Amino acid sequence: MIPQTFEYTAPQTLEEALGLIAGGDRKILAGGMSLIPLMKLRLATPGEVVDLGRVSGLNGISENGGVVSIGAMTTHHAIETSRVTRAHCPLLAETAGHIGDVQVRNVGTLGGAVAHADPAADYPAALLALEAQIKLISAQATRSVAASDFFLDAFTTALEPGEIVLEVEVPAEDQSEGYSYEKVPHPASGFAVVGIAARIKKDGNRIAMARIGVTGMGAHAFRALAAEKVLENGGSVADAAATVGDGETPNSDLYASADYRLHLARVHAARALATAISRAS
Amino acid sequence: MATTISKPATLVGKGIRRQEDPRLITGTAVYVDDIKMPGMHHAAIVRSPHAAARIAGINTEAALAHPGVVAVFTGADVKNLGAVPCASSLPGLRVPHHHLLAQDRVYYTGHPVAVVVATDRYVAADAASLVEVQYDPQPAVADPEKALAAGAPAVHPQWPDNTSFTFHQEGGDTGQAFRDAEIVVKQRITSQRLIPTSIETRGVVAEWRPGEKSLTMFTSTQIPHLVRTLVAGILGMPENHLRVITPEVGGGFGSKLNVYAEEALMCYIAKEIGKPVKWVESRRENFQATIHGRGHVDYYELAAKRDGTMLGLKLKLIQDLGAYHQLLTPAIPTLSVLMMPGLYKFKSISADIIGVFTNCVPTDAYRGAGRPEATHGIERMVDILAAELHMDPAEIRFKNFVGKDEFPYATTTGLFYDSGNYALPLQNAMAQVDYAGLRQEQATARAAGKLMGIGLSTYGEICAIGPSAAMPAGGWESATVKIEPSGKVTVMTGASPHGQGEETTFAQIVADELGVDIDDVMVVHGDTAVVQYGIGTFGSRGTAVGGAALFYALQELKAKIKKFGAMLLGSDNVSLVGGSCVDDATGKSVSFAEMAVAAYHAKTLPPNTQPGLVATYFWEPPNFTFPFGAHIVVTDVDRETGRISIRRYVAVDDCGKIINPLLVAGQVHGGVAQGLGQALWEEAVYDEQGQLITGELTDYALPKASFMPLIESSHTETPSPVNPLGVKGVGEAGTIGCSPAVVNSVVDALSPLGVRHIDMPLTPQKIWKLIVQSGGLS
Ligand SMILES: Cc1cc2nc3c(=O)[nH]c(=O)nc-3n(C[C@H](O)[C@H](O)[C@H](O)COP(=O)(O)OP(=O)(O)OC[C@H]3O[C@@H](n4cnc5c(N)ncnc54)[C@H](O)[C@@H]3O)c2cc1C
Repeated sequence: MIPQTFEYTAPQTLEEALGLIAGGDRKILAGGMSLIPLMKLRLATPGEVVDLGRVSGLNGISENGGVVSIGAMTTHHAIETSRVTRAHCPLLAETAGHIGDVQVRNVGTLGGAVAHADPAADYPAALLALEAQIKLISAQATRSVAASDFFLDAFTTALEPGEIVLEVEVPAEDQSEGYSYEKVPHPASGFAVVGIAARIKKDGNRIAMARIGVTGMGAHAFRALAAEKVLENGGSVADAAATVGDGETPNSDLYASADYRLHLARVHAARALATAISRAS
Repeated sequence: MATTISKPATLVGKGIRRQEDPRLITGTAVYVDDIKMPGMHHAAIVRSPHAAARIAGINTEAALAHPGVVAVFTGADVKNLGAVPCASSLPGLRVPHHHLLAQDRVYYTGHPVAVVVATDRYVAADAASLVEVQYDPQPAVADPEKALAAGAPAVHPQWPDNTSFTFHQEGGDTGQAFRDAEIVVKQRITSQRLIPTSIETRGVVAEWRPGEKSLTMFTSTQIPHLVRTLVAGILGMPENHLRVITPEVGGGFGSKLNVYAEEALMCYIAKEIGKPVKWVESRRENFQATIHGRGHVDYYELAAKRDGTMLGLKLKLIQDLGAYHQLLTPAIPTLSVLMMPGLYKFKSISADIIGVFTNCVPTDAYRGAGRPEATHGIERMVDILAAELHMDPAEIRFKNFVGKDEFPYATTTGLFYDSGNYALPLQNAMAQVDYAGLRQEQATARAAGKLMGIGLSTYGEICAIGPSAAMPAGGWESATVKIEPSGKVTVMTGASPHGQGEETTFAQIVADELGVDIDDVMVVHGDTAVVQYGIGTFGSRGTAVGGAALFYALQELKAKIKKFGAMLLGSDNVSLVGGSCVDDATGKSVSFAEMAVAAYHAKTLPPNTQPGLVATYFWEPPNFTFPFGAHIVVTDVDRETGRISIRRYVAVDDCGKIINPLLVAGQVHGGVAQGLGQALWEEAVYDEQGQLITGELTDYALPKASFMPLIESSHTETPSPVNPLGVKGVGEAGTIGCSPAVVNSVVDALSPLGVRHIDMPLTPQKIWKLIVQSGGLS
């Protein structure tokens, strides 16, 4: 439980940070809630750690023209409790409240969670359902990647070497929307055995829009597109939920075998959808 | 001299806040890892990644060349030192020689192979990964039943049947009982392997003083004196040159009721390098290399009459021992056999234990140590019988309890239950939950397709362990009480409390007996150079044995103070009242402080009296004590997901006389939390290759505070006649009473689906699969 020797740098500016990570055996340190345990288990052995903690301008939540921008270094706690997220993307705020425990939420960051891309992390489900954009920056350029193109595999994202997550842009949820994040936490790790993020927009009694993000089920989070279609075409919640995970190879572990996990995903998809529908006006 | 004396308030029985808490809460307590010494070095241990392998060679060159490394020790260095001791002796017991470091083979993942010593903890850890061990992996076996099968890999090549011992115990005539039976129920019941997981892992600091030829070892243990004797034995050094100090201990639960290789290794290394050395176990090491608990596969057969009268119980107990015997490994299942009859009037019992070697870390005492397994078995069997007979589980228990006027009650396993009223806690618990109303509610819920369960357990346990005759190395306890010249009181207890709160309860006893202020009492423990020999804290014995020793030491001391009081008052007829000595005739009194001064200044002395005010008492208990109680658990099971929620948890425990209700509540809560851990979440899982796959807290589901239901705890109080305090012990009650109540409740919830038994832990997946199999989802 003691990490291998490493160098530590705490740059003050973004430019400096980007310059540092442009080369060498360097790893970014954000909240450290994922990186440090990995280093202590010697599963990660970076030669140098570049701490983003003192870089200004990476932290904060603002809303502008229907888009909520959240800096990479914003903590889970800030996202859970900020008036801006609660008003404009309550699904993300609700999801943040399900991460780990108070200590983890006080230190862990959105950028770190997104970059880490743990297959059992909570945010990816919500970011997919919210059709968020992940803004990346390197010493050379910035670019924006849709959440659906960002999470590629377990612990693998669209981030290129030398790039960092700068911020996440979330299109504001419509006030009339209903939302819900349903999670089955693993009793030991607290991570999602499955997590379902749902958004519903109604048009009278009809479901005009459904967005469903699923995490914990496979190598990376995904949208349950078939289920969304079923609902948008007037199908029932039960019929929609029954398609969740079709075509996926569910993860399997001691706590939840593939068949149980798939079953849980469907049960909780139905529950998340029911809550989201009841919250939509 | 004052002439008016007020009677002191009685502290025993009051919920006094724990004296030890402020330092624990404010982070000012000192644990092993807080100890720093000039020149202190750090050790890291190289452990086997294989469950079974031959060691073809070890190359330490790279590690030795690493800057900051001062030494690397391997099996060859410690080959001629003594073995890690096993204190239990059973007829025909096979005891593998347990070297401090692996010799030519490793027997479990985590087996210590080498120790790297460096100037810095980080350097030691880096260099440990540079030790090159050439392993030649061998087939391993991690499951005790598989280990018994023909052709299984031999854990120890010299014993191909993997059997360390078999043990038979019989009381009464089971043959007759089963011939007389009108019904026999059978069930295989497991008590899974658990990881004790104290928040503070193990740790050792050892210092060699060449001038004094003495070693001082700081170690996180429950038994400092026994560790001293046994480690001195391993090292072949005089015991009186080894001082063992137990600073604050952050949890033990039985896992520190042991003598570990690392303790002897650090002492050896400190002497070899001539520098103090520290080793603190990581969580992964703690999971891999500190003893585990439980590990039973039990086959029960229960014979009864159709009216519910239980006649006889048979048990085949397969104990997963792991690869070695730690201090008490083989003894733990024998405690299960003793406790088999539970609270019931069995006329006959027959038990066969098979102790099985596996390529896993040894099992040993974990909170309850043998009794939770037995209680789980008997309480499940009673429910299975009740279900078979369509009897209410409460009714069948009332029918079979030992009656309240039958004490002392001789069990078929050779015990004498001290005192009790076994029906009362169950009656109280049933009244508290409105049992009849609950059963009606359950009927309504079932009609609506809901899975609601009501589970009871009525448990007994063996505490105040124990009379020396029943122990490998003494079952008494010691206490010294000193009244200092200033009138302050110092208690030195041989019990080594490590979180139980005896600094408070013992001070309460002293304050009441001597009439002094509780803040004038200091309870000292856990230093073999300061405290007289003692046995330690385990088996719910701290207060029931150590407290009784204290009580008797206080009586001796009171007799002596009284002599000084009489001398000062010039009267033969004096009484001790509060902290003073009063002349019965005149009402004149002398204070505690005045008597203390007289005893130490010794200008004059009472006849045949030595100066000073010190008394030491070694108390040998005449019997165990037998606490009991009833737990009722109401559960709701989510038909869709298999998730269990506990609606109510009612515990009515009888631990004899209660000295401090606050501490008793704490013990019940902690015990129930660990019982729930076993019932619902925890399981140490080794795969086929003997890899511990629940090797971290991210995989091993220790219950969190947020998982806990409200525990509605209350008590009946039946004093024990075994000791003068009337106490029985409460440290393990919660754990023992809990798991069967939870499992009985969930089985009751699922009984409409035809479920009659479920092995722990009751994970949602397991429950869901049962629901699916029964077609209950549709
Ligand atoms: C006890 C515990 C429980 C937890 N439970 C949950 C849970 O229930 N659900 C859940 O989703 N998560 C959980 N987590 C993980 C937690 O959310 C982490 O905070 C998160 O995964 C990583 O964020 P961080 O800021 O701590 O990143 P770090 O640990 O500092 O970094 C993680 C990785 O991301 C990289 N990185 C960090 N920031 C950036 C950036 N801006 N750009 C590019 N790369 C970057 C790092 O180099 C590293 O590889 C838990 C963690 C712990 C310790």
